[in-house]
Amino acid sequence: MNNKQHQINPDTWIKNYADYMYSYTIQRVNNHEKAQDIVQDTFLAALKAKANYKGEASERTWLIAILKRKIIDYYRKSNSKKGKAEVRMNYINTDEQEGDWLEERVADHKGNNTDFDLDNDDLSRTLEDCIDSLPIKQAAVFRMKTLQEMESEDICNELDITSSNLWVIIHRARVQLMECMEVNWYN
Amino acid sequence: MSNKNIIKGFISCQEAGNICDRSQYKEASFWERIKLELHIFWCVKCSEYVKKNSMLSKLLKTHANEHCTHHLPKEKKEALEELIKSEK
Repeated sequence: MNNKQHQINPDTWIKNYADYMYSYTIQRVNNHEKAQDIVQDTFLAALKAKANYKGEASERTWLIAILKRKIIDYYRKSNSKKGKAEVRMNYINTDEQEGDWLEERVADHKGNNTDFDLDNDDLSRTLEDCIDSLPIKQAAVFRMKTLQEMESEDICNELDITSSNLWVIIHRARVQLMECMEVNWYN
Repeated sequence: MSNKNIIKGFISCQEAGNICDRSQYKEASFWERIKLELHIFWCVKCSEYVKKNSMLSKLLKTHANEHCTHHLPKEKKEALEELIKSEK
């Protein structure tokens, strides 16, 4: 997507990704409690594996890659316990690795492919990467207005900007996102 | 007002872009949308922008519907934040 080096900051994980990861997980496991456990396990695994983060992919992409593995683990466990839910996956499976996904193996390769086809994954990832590639203030305003559906007035008050500033920022963000999506999604 | 502006629905391309952006969030008035429609009838560049902008909104809506429909309970978030701090 771009050549910039991404940074990792566990202090902002909950604020930036917890709801997204929770929604993502619920749609895959259809159980609120299990989803909470999986999200928690993912953050803990990410903390253990953060030394392996090279900054090539965005922090979000990396966390989602770990989350996917945790979801696979969840299905593997429930499959072995109950003999249900046939799960097909391309996974290195040796005696030593029986059980949990090994966090040490998690790297942040670009275009990370966990061989786990999930609906609209690519679209979401591309959109998120495009939003991540916006200048910080633009990304913040855009997220507040578009994804969190905040009122313009509240955003202006919170960020101490005028209404016209807000719309200029939104306009620039949308133009840049259109270009980014055109290159990375439509092409 | 120049003839060009009259032809393009009394608004400039910049204003058309602004109305188009606000209409993505349902914050453009009925008359503004009429002006925009008139403008894009004549202005190819803005017509293109409107198309792309609407497409972006559709993608964002799909993304939001797909992934942001649930919120982790506040207490759980606080507990997780504590956990991350202690594990760091």
